[in-house]
Amino acid sequence: MHIIETGNVAAALGVQLAGVQVVAAYPITPQTPLTEKLSELIEAGEMDARYVPVESEHSALAVCIGASSAGARAFTATSANGLLYMHEQVHWAAGARLPIVMCVANRAVGAPWNIWNDHQDSISQRDTGWIQIYSCDHQQIIDDTLKAFRVAETTSIPVMVCYDGYLLSHTYMPFAVPEQEMVARFLPPFHPSYALDPDAPANLNTVTLPEIRMDVHGEMAHGYMEIRYLLQEDLRNAVQVVEETDAAFQELFGRGGVPLVEPYRCDDAEYVVVAMGSLTYQLWDVIDALRTEGHKVGVLGVRLYRPFPDAAVAAALQGARGVFVMEKALSYGYEGALCSDLKSALYDHLPDKSRAPFVKGLVAGIGGREIKTVDLTDALRSGLAGSIPGPGWIGIRL
Amino acid sequence: MGTRGYRYKTSHSLPGPGDGGNTGSWRVQRPVIDLTRCTPAKRGVEACFSCWLYCPDVVVSRTIPPQIDYAYCKGCGICAEECPTKAITMVDESVYHEHPEG
Repeated sequence: MHIIETGNVAAALGVQLAGVQVVAAYPITPQTPLTEKLSELIEAGEMDARYVPVESEHSALAVCIGASSAGARAFTATSANGLLYMHEQVHWAAGARLPIVMCVANRAVGAPWNIWNDHQDSISQRDTGWIQIYSCDHQQIIDDTLKAFRVAETTSIPVMVCYDGYLLSHTYMPFAVPEQEMVARFLPPFHPSYALDPDAPANLNTVTLPEIRMDVHGEMAHGYMEIRYLLQEDLRNAVQVVEETDAAFQELFGRGGVPLVEPYRCDDAEYVVVAMGSLTYQLWDVIDALRTEGHKVGVLGVRLYRPFPDAAVAAALQGARGVFVMEKALSYGYEGALCSDLKSALYDHLPDKSRAPFVKGLVAGIGGREIKTVDLTDALRSGLAGSIPGPGWIGIRL
Repeated sequence: MGTRGYRYKTSHSLPGPGDGGNTGSWRVQRPVIDLTRCTPAKRGVEACFSCWLYCPDVVVSRTIPPQIDYAYCKGCGICAEECPTKAITMVDESVYHEHPEG
């Protein structure tokens, strides 16, 4: 069934279809309509779940951590400063290996206060140990939300599904809503490998010593360092799980095929623009225009940001002479985080370092500054001619 | 997605003595009970047991007389603080190291 709805509703319908049992969220612009929709669905009895109202985002994720520890499928959603407020629990959910799914309607962080879109909120969470997926349109939002639960439950790692505030969260677009019985085949009920049990009490994630220790069974139990290593190892292996999950989804629903990166006209491209989220599809138009001028250009959308699909990114850029990384976030004091990650991937994977493409980091759309297609085209046209004027912040007026 | 030879994927502690390791080695002062002042020991009946009740590490037994498991007692001193008859004294551990027989 195809419907025309907002990105937030696409996310909510994905959560409903996934059979989520516990929702705890605190409303924040531009995520609010998503939580309102879930609250309505639960209130109307159309979703068999508990909605736990909370006084903050920190508590929202804490409720999900409790619910997930008890074996429930749990969901939360937030934006911007709400995500930053739950930051401690974001780390905790990953360290505790709980398969929680969270939607992030991407928004700029304060100060100064701003409610519009960029990626600073979720990019700032990149080191927490969560899997991060960036959706580019409404179809991907609903599909990624469903896939997120399967990836999370396969890996015991929480997943963030990130989509652009307003640009996707509030705009209307047609998309297909999967049938419930098909979803049941793709995503069976959650059976955790371990869940809290009142008949067998245990203390989870209590003080864990630097060294391994003997437990009450007389068995060796790991120390903090082993637990953290296993998270890293499983995250690296999660790249493959994301691919397998996408393949299984594609077989049932006929959509997908771009779980890690989404290349557009990259095959013979001498120059490639790299971006995440809705900007990726906007760049398709820019690239089409530049192609008509004779430039051999392409776009590479990064769909999975953590774990970073370094091999796939490097392989996609192997033949390029130049790469422009266009980001809506910055690691302040250096450059965009995606730009650094991409350079690192090229350094690790390119067989001939002397033939590595140049990499130019660009910043766009910070705090919701409108990214005009004409500005993007102009910037890339001058980039292809050898120099981009100014600091590389597209559309800035100083 | 394994546990690499360990039972659980995450930090997992079960109720039982010693799950946090040999915590008795953390102790710098040792609680010692003077049975001539201890209420249940003196009267020979189940009474008081404030030390058992307040011990945060569950290393004091609810017996006559109460006994302290020094393998896991961290020496926090709460039992000595709470004892209504001042029967428990915190003794510096160095005394026992200089005289291993105790």
